[in-house]
Amino acid sequence: MLFSVIATITQIHRGILLCDGTKDSESFTAAARDQFQEELVIRPLHSGDIYASFQFRTLWDTDFLQERQKVSHYRLFPKSLGQVLSKFSVRELHISFTQGFWRTMQWGQPFIPSPPGAELWVWFHDTVSDVDGNWKELTNVLSGIFCASLNFIDLTNTVQPSASFKPLGLGNATDHRFLRYATLPREIVCTENLTPWKKLLPCGSKAGLSVLLKSEKLFHSSFHSQAVHIRPVCQDEQCTSKAWELRQTLNVVFDLYTSGQGKKEWSLFKMFSRTLTEACPLATSSKVYVDITDNPELSPATPLLSQAVVLGDRRTYSVFDLTRAEMFGQLRSLNLLLRWKGDSDMLRPLLHAERYVAGFGLQTGEIHTVIYNNHPYRAFPVLLMDSVPWYLQLYIHTLTVTSKSRDNKPSYIHYQPAKDRHRPHLLEMLIQLPPHSMTEVTVQFERALLKWTEYTPDPNHGFYVGSSVVSALVPSMVAMNTNFTQDQPLFSSFVPVKEESSYFVRVYTEPLLVNLPTPDFSMPYNVICLTCTVVAVGYGSFYNLLTRTFQVDEPSLPLAKRLANLIRRIRGVPLLA
Amino acid sequence: MSHDFLQMHLKAVISCLLIFLYKVHTTKAGQFFSSGHTNNWAVLVCTSRFWFNYRHVANTLSVYRSVKRLGIPDSHIVLMLADDMACNYRNPKPATVFSHKNMELNVYGDDVEVDYRGYEVTVENFLRVLTGRLPPSTPRSKRLLSDDRSNILIYLTGHGGNGFLKFQDSEEISNMELADAFEQMWQKRRYNELLFIIDTCQGASMYERFYSPNLMALASSQVGEDSLSHQPDLAIGVHLMDKYTFYLLEFLEEVHPASQANMNDLFKVCPQSQCVSTPGHRTDLFQRDPGSVLITDFFGSVRKVEITKDTINLTSPVEPPIQRSGSGDIQIESLTYVDQLPVAEIIHQKPKQKDWHPPDGFILGLWTLILLVFFQTYGIKHLKHIF
Repeated sequence: MLFSVIATITQIHRGILLCDGTKDSESFTAAARDQFQEELVIRPLHSGDIYASFQFRTLWDTDFLQERQKVSHYRLFPKSLGQVLSKFSVRELHISFTQGFWRTMQWGQPFIPSPPGAELWVWFHDTVSDVDGNWKELTNVLSGIFCASLNFIDLTNTVQPSASFKPLGLGNATDHRFLRYATLPREIVCTENLTPWKKLLPCGSKAGLSVLLKSEKLFHSSFHSQAVHIRPVCQDEQCTSKAWELRQTLNVVFDLYTSGQGKKEWSLFKMFSRTLTEACPLATSSKVYVDITDNPELSPATPLLSQAVVLGDRRTYSVFDLTRAEMFGQLRSLNLLLRWKGDSDMLRPLLHAERYVAGFGLQTGEIHTVIYNNHPYRAFPVLLMDSVPWYLQLYIHTLTVTSKSRDNKPSYIHYQPAKDRHRPHLLEMLIQLPPHSMTEVTVQFERALLKWTEYTPDPNHGFYVGSSVVSALVPSMVAMNTNFTQDQPLFSSFVPVKEESSYFVRVYTEPLLVNLPTPDFSMPYNVICLTCTVVAVGYGSFYNLLTRTFQVDEPSLPLAKRLANLIRRIRGVPLLA
Repeated sequence: MSHDFLQMHLKAVISCLLIFLYKVHTTKAGQFFSSGHTNNWAVLVCTSRFWFNYRHVANTLSVYRSVKRLGIPDSHIVLMLADDMACNYRNPKPATVFSHKNMELNVYGDDVEVDYRGYEVTVENFLRVLTGRLPPSTPRSKRLLSDDRSNILIYLTGHGGNGFLKFQDSEEISNMELADAFEQMWQKRRYNELLFIIDTCQGASMYERFYSPNLMALASSQVGEDSLSHQPDLAIGVHLMDKYTFYLLEFLEEVHPASQANMNDLFKVCPQSQCVSTPGHRTDLFQRDPGSVLITDFFGSVRKVEITKDTINLTSPVEPPIQRSGSGDIQIESLTYVDQLPVAEIIHQKPKQKDWHPPDGFILGLWTLILLVFFQTYGIKHLKHIF
């Protein structure tokens, strides 16, 4: 009963906000101007796994960075994030939490790429005078909002890329002094990160597509990634005014064998142990797209089809519009069943990257980054960004870039050396990849010896090096859609498309795990015991031998004999022994 | 005569007042005013790392679960877990932490918020949370914002010894440090009453040194005894819970928010026949009689609820946003998205203006050496050419 009372109270509060939006503030002359859309894309993968991508978008026509009055009425946009944006003058914020690694060669390209662990990159507004101070406070506030250890992000793992990570939102001038990028490859993602993420959604986890987000199934998967992207976008087709867009995305890949029992037969209930019962009442559009390009069997069938070109590939989708009540049928629940057999031809991903550490021993090593260009006849440039912690001391004079066993000189190199305990290495290179080739970038490094207190409680696990980022404009076989329409599906409108012939893609490599020379932490106790024993036995004996004097000690006689001796002394006669 | 009458009246009035006060004291309202606290906080800490210490995380999560069930909200709980067991790669059932074998009870649940996790669980952070001395940018969920009317429950579990508790296999907290931290809390008026529960080997040594008022302490074993773990699960492969906390959880599952169970029942949890070790407790610093202290004074929460029976009409569902009118008079140029990979621009990017730094020590030393050698060989008279 208490919860129903609280629910009633929050609904009244929302009701009051809806009414009060027109009342007092100077700029709000119309009703609340925010809208919410949710979408789920289900794509069967070539290897038998299934990929589900949730996107929840809130679009709000307001300006957080206005000086004259502060935004105080929040409806669908979460207040915690809105206050963070206005306090720290954030222009764009992208944060992602990922468990697992995306296997590009088996699964294709994801809709929204993300590296393992936590990644945070932020563009600040031009008016900020102390970017580093704002960055430090922002990471602390976000660590409280998302229950993650983002407070470990400090200057030793933050970089300022000079050409990568251009803003994904509206803007003209881009001065990279206002960009900060950091990644925590060790960060664990679990239910405690999903809980506050779900609380940011307007419908919470009570209605709409978010009822499917149950942690026991989501974390029993090969890949799980949840992200929050905030940026200014065009409000309409003419693009004369800005609106703030908050996108919450969740990508999950369920494994054929651990979740699917080995059969290429999936349903919503098998994936999430839930079915859909209704659309979120606060959403203007709530859709489920199922990828049927490879002709799987889908039930219930629907006549609504849509074609979209995304990531250089034209695919056909079956659309289920959850705002229409007849979708749910008699039982008021929608459970999609998907079955496919045989091996279909997967479009080979055109860009793919790998990274590994070579060498032996605990002193030196070599980092190899391998980038594959699988396009049969087109060459294109890629921007490789590497951020290596200071304790792996890179020797940049050993940097080599080879393609097809010939030297390939990058047309742009930006290198910022590390400063011990202050700054990591940053290496950015623009490399032209020849068609159908493999390019290898190698650089040698030496491992540093850390101070006693800088070791983590489990140093023998190793130390992580964050993923490299490869950004590229890949030439597309199919013409991309450059028009912006309001009812474009969300998964095709994440990255702005400027020209028809290419699409932008970002590929993350594996993070590295390197062992640093680690002292044996039990040694001090052992050393003290051993040293004291050696000193006591060895030196002690020697000292005694040199300084000890021996005295003959007469044993004490019994009482009778002592009395006899006394009498004998008086008499002057020799004493007894 | 009238004087006697007045005295009799006075006596009657006083006796009526006394009876009334006595009644008040024994009713619910009376108890509400006599316990002296207005809010509840909990600090639950698991100090062990690594997969084989699964049971310590399960201990802490079962106390978390009970405390949340009895009413303390997440904003008033500071949960510190030194390692992640639920999403550990060795866990055969991810996103779950079980407390009973055969996977009967998942204490991790679906709605958990961990405030300090992994490497953040250190002695320094724990003491800072207790004393309130945190850096200014620490978010609210990581702070213990208690005042002098707060009842705080502190639960610690992990590996310990005589007089210390081990944090993450790399540092320890001693019983004297803990006692001093509580004294700091008392002097800053950060608690009204504090219940301290510890489930480690030789746990009673941790509360021996307390000296601040209004502290009650419970431990799972005496000095010289080990606290034992309860039952392993063959599917998961580790011990799931410690004996003391297992029986404590069983006891707390029977408690509901309106329960009248008191501290004497809590002291009887897990006698030696069940626990093998002898649980101990300490109440000499506590001012009230333990028999009059309710379990929900520490494990539950004080809440003010106003129930309404009126119905409220909600407004109609969302309409699409209204188009802005009258934008034609001012010619606003359309905004564009930024080019994601402007190759030409990147190649011709000017290098950043580097700040001028004064010459480094090495260069200065080198020039000094050169000048010295110069003046040595050619004599001091050349100085006039410079000055």
